[in-house]
Amino acid sequence: MAEFTLPKNSKVLPGRTFAASADARRKKTFRVYRWDPDSGGNPRMDRYEIDLDQCGPMVLDVLIYIKNEIDSTLSFRRSCREGICGSCAMNIGGTNTLACTGAIVDYPGDIAVYPLPHLAVVKDLIPDLKHFYAQYASIQPWLQAHSPAPPDRERLQSKPDRAKLDGLYECILCACCSTSCPSYWWNGDRYLGPAILLQAYRWIVDSRDENTGERLDNLEDPFRLYRCHTIMNCTKTCPKGLNPAKAIAEIKKLLVSRTM
Amino acid sequence: MSLASPLARARGLGSAGRGTQDWWQQRVTAIALLPLSLWFIGSLLALDYADPAAVAGWLRSPLSAILMLMFVLVLLHHAQLGVQVVIEDYVEPEWQKVACVILVKFLAVLVGLASALAILKVFFGF
Repeated sequence: MAEFTLPKNSKVLPGRTFAASADARRKKTFRVYRWDPDSGGNPRMDRYEIDLDQCGPMVLDVLIYIKNEIDSTLSFRRSCREGICGSCAMNIGGTNTLACTGAIVDYPGDIAVYPLPHLAVVKDLIPDLKHFYAQYASIQPWLQAHSPAPPDRERLQSKPDRAKLDGLYECILCACCSTSCPSYWWNGDRYLGPAILLQAYRWIVDSRDENTGERLDNLEDPFRLYRCHTIMNCTKTCPKGLNPAKAIAEIKKLLVSRTM
Repeated sequence: MSLASPLARARGLGSAGRGTQDWWQQRVTAIALLPLSLWFIGSLLALDYADPAAVAGWLRSPLSAILMLMFVLVLLHHAQLGVQVVIEDYVEPEWQKVACVILVKFLAVLVGLASALAILKVFFGF
């Protein structure tokens, strides 16, 4: 059966507590998942009491504050700090989102921070995205055309055709959606997941691409595509406000319409 | 442990090239079951169970027999497609998954044939 409980060595134990200084005025507690592959121990939840007057307004600001001022061993990915690189995707307050665009004030009470669910953890808040990126490569995410490009200009696209890419091209591949999807948890080895399927649809629907049929062939599979059961966690969690569930539904519609 | 590259693992055995028909049939049978279920429940409510001959008489009408056959066969087809999806979602390892799917298909055919036989038996009155 699919695994519903954590293996023994993955059970999360209580960790250390770092109290805020006595003169802290706006205190907020962050419980952060910690796991060090070198220690051989179980993962633990460390508690950091933070004086919000000492750091910026976003969850990522707190993580950077912890790393700089409290505990330099905390590991996490981050880069652009403005929601465009997708590096700091993690599970915050029970929802996958970007730490850099997650405002602390939006979370009542203590804030629990975990790595993205159901991926192998490299260290602390860093998940292993190797397979996710390989799945992305497998859909060949680049324009494929057999007609030669015009020698003197780019391939043209009408405005209505270009509009079909809206809501798709904005995807930053942060993996929030795929790792929120139970189908991806249980069958992620074969199911491509919402992020990759949205990206696949981005090329399927591109009027300049001439390999639409081959792309659909590549997806027509009980596991690659049809593990989507329209659970909609993907759409609910997307930090960019996109709708991967709709993109998947459009792929299914195209697959049906080419048989009719 | 395998030293296969991540891309080799992601590409796996390639696309099975099927799945659309099952998915589409599941939707179409779901829609077909809406009127069929309403008819079935309505018929059950209207029957006078004190009189076995009246119940058999109901099923002896060609319309009832055909609708009843359709109801049972569409329901079983829909159910086995749905259960197959659940099995594929959750059952591991591979051999158990395959065994369960085959078992469900056999059961569906068995129940379908038995139901059809029963309906036809009443219809023809052997």
